[in-house]
Amino acid sequence: MNWRKFFYRAHGDSPFKRLIIHLILIGACVIAVYPILRIFTISIRPGDRLLSTDLRIIPKDATLNSYRLVLFGDPVTKRKSDFFLWLWNSLVITLTTATIGVILSASAAYAFSRFRFPGRGPGLIFLLTTQMIPAGMLLLPLYIMLSRLKLINNYLGLVIAYSVTSVPFSIWILKGYFDTIPLDLEEAALIDGTSRLGAFYRIILPLSTPSLAIAFLFNFMSGWSEYLVARVVLQKANMYTWPLGLWTFAGQFTLAAGRFAAASIMIALPAMALFLYSSKWLVSGLTLGGVKG
Amino acid sequence: MASVTYDHVTKCFGDVIAVNDMTLDIPDKEFLVLVGPSGCGKTTALRLLAGLEEVTSGIIKIGDRVVNDVAPKDRDIAMVFQSYALYPHMSVYDNMAFGLKLRKMPKREIDRRVKEAAEILGIQELLDRKPRQLSGGQRQRVALGRAIVREPQVFLMDEPLSNLDAKLRVQTRAEISKLHQRLQATFIYVTHDQTEAMTMGTRIAVMKDGVLQQVDTPQNLYDYPGNMFVAGFIGSPAMNFFETTLSGTVEEMYAEGPGFKVRVPADKTHALRDYLGKRVIFGIRPEDIHDAEYAPPGITAETITAKVDVTELMGSEVFVYLLTDAKTFIGRFDPRTSARVGKTIDAVFNMAKTHFFDPNTERAIR
Repeated sequence: MNWRKFFYRAHGDSPFKRLIIHLILIGACVIAVYPILRIFTISIRPGDRLLSTDLRIIPKDATLNSYRLVLFGDPVTKRKSDFFLWLWNSLVITLTTATIGVILSASAAYAFSRFRFPGRGPGLIFLLTTQMIPAGMLLLPLYIMLSRLKLINNYLGLVIAYSVTSVPFSIWILKGYFDTIPLDLEEAALIDGTSRLGAFYRIILPLSTPSLAIAFLFNFMSGWSEYLVARVVLQKANMYTWPLGLWTFAGQFTLAAGRFAAASIMIALPAMALFLYSSKWLVSGLTLGGVKG
Repeated sequence: MASVTYDHVTKCFGDVIAVNDMTLDIPDKEFLVLVGPSGCGKTTALRLLAGLEEVTSGIIKIGDRVVNDVAPKDRDIAMVFQSYALYPHMSVYDNMAFGLKLRKMPKREIDRRVKEAAEILGIQELLDRKPRQLSGGQRQRVALGRAIVREPQVFLMDEPLSNLDAKLRVQTRAEISKLHQRLQATFIYVTHDQTEAMTMGTRIAVMKDGVLQQVDTPQNLYDYPGNMFVAGFIGSPAMNFFETTLSGTVEEMYAEGPGFKVRVPADKTHALRDYLGKRVIFGIRPEDIHDAEYAPPGITAETITAKVDVTELMGSEVFVYLLTDAKTFIGRFDPRTSARVGKTIDAVFNMAKTHFFDPNTERAIR
């Protein structure tokens, strides 16, 4: 490789500057990837060896036994696997959250973008401030409200709790995007024969797929790996989402580290696949909101 | 097909009056051009008719039907936007068919209408493309096509040519005029370009600050402007205005301006008799000012001396900026003129084509 050319390639930065940039980026990559590699290593070690002096990523005696135990249960103790139950619970809750979230935030964002009504400005600011309150602070009031509504140990309770935090952010993303869609398009549709709702449905929504994808993903992700609120709302073991399920591998004095790690890796896969699949939209969607024209 | 009526229509945005007590009758099949400078309320007037804005007071009728509270989709109108407003996610065909599909028209009829419109506009080969794959001129045609297929009672056009380059604009201008003749529908066309207004309109409505100034045929508007604004707005280069004082008698009246004194022709003195000894605004169009040497024969000529400030050769004519007593005015001279910058020349006013305006009301004195 022609190193001189490599270092001079972009923007004509000096080799020194590019070297520094690359060192920082490599450092960041290592920090980001190391824990995942570590978990992967633990997941393929035999037994439940959490700590080891071996630094190899794939140890000599690597085995997929932990994966088998997680997926199909333990034949020795006859303990059945709950992995698919957790996965199912998580999927039901997060997909419902994301779907409801997108529908709610798209219609709210459209109103904020297109109509001028009393309280519009303060409303937007208020939505933003909800993002500044840490989840831990919301926990107690949320629990009291959900228990009064008899929504503890109920999927709907968790869906509501997740939507409360993710919908305001989605509204901002979608409003920013709707603002960039020229009014003329809707007016043309109104004259062509749609109602206001029809124009929203037939013109605005199809044009907003990148930002809708962003909002959906954001809503999905905020629920997918959440532990704290789920722990409070769901107390029956058969309703556990996967973050709660993972903790059942940890006993009072023991930790089934291998199974814990294997389950973690398998849980991360659907989310990763979703991200990779939608990465193109993600990038364009994130930048599109800010660029007019 | 239908007529359109604005009956004392007013539209306010907060404290701003965008359209002020507008009354206008547009007969069936007319090509009416609403013209005026930016912010004069012409687009608002059009949007009120389209139903995109609500009327503050007054009545708008399409045909015999009051449409104040009728939704845009039920007004039986089609509109062409300045930005074209083509739906980016639909093909050209779907853009044109959109309105018909919403009206649940049979597929075959939609297909027939879209293809027919595409043929009229010469865009048959573009039907499968998306708007982003089209040039500005092509998009313009698609926008027109989308309006045509609807076969509406009234066509509304909001500065549809302003995003096209000069050559295409002239070409499309002629095509829209042809389209009007072919479709025999009522067209209401908004523009700030007085050339478009003059060339296309059956009648022109001139607006300023939300107020309708004058409505007339292009020729009448040009020859008999009702006030100084219309006189200055219609015609390019604009009419020259001079502050003058009328002197003499009704039989022999003179207008004394900066550095000149000209005799007012006999047919105009009667109307001006109340202004004797008072100030009036004297207006004359550049083409009615000639180089004395090349003045056409038979005109009521009054000669004045002026200094040449700037000359602009346009090929078939020369725009000569003249100075008399520090007042600049423009003459449209024969290209053979000997006028050169810095030279003092004799210029001739064609007095039969002059206009007089009241300095206070700015209305024409006739």
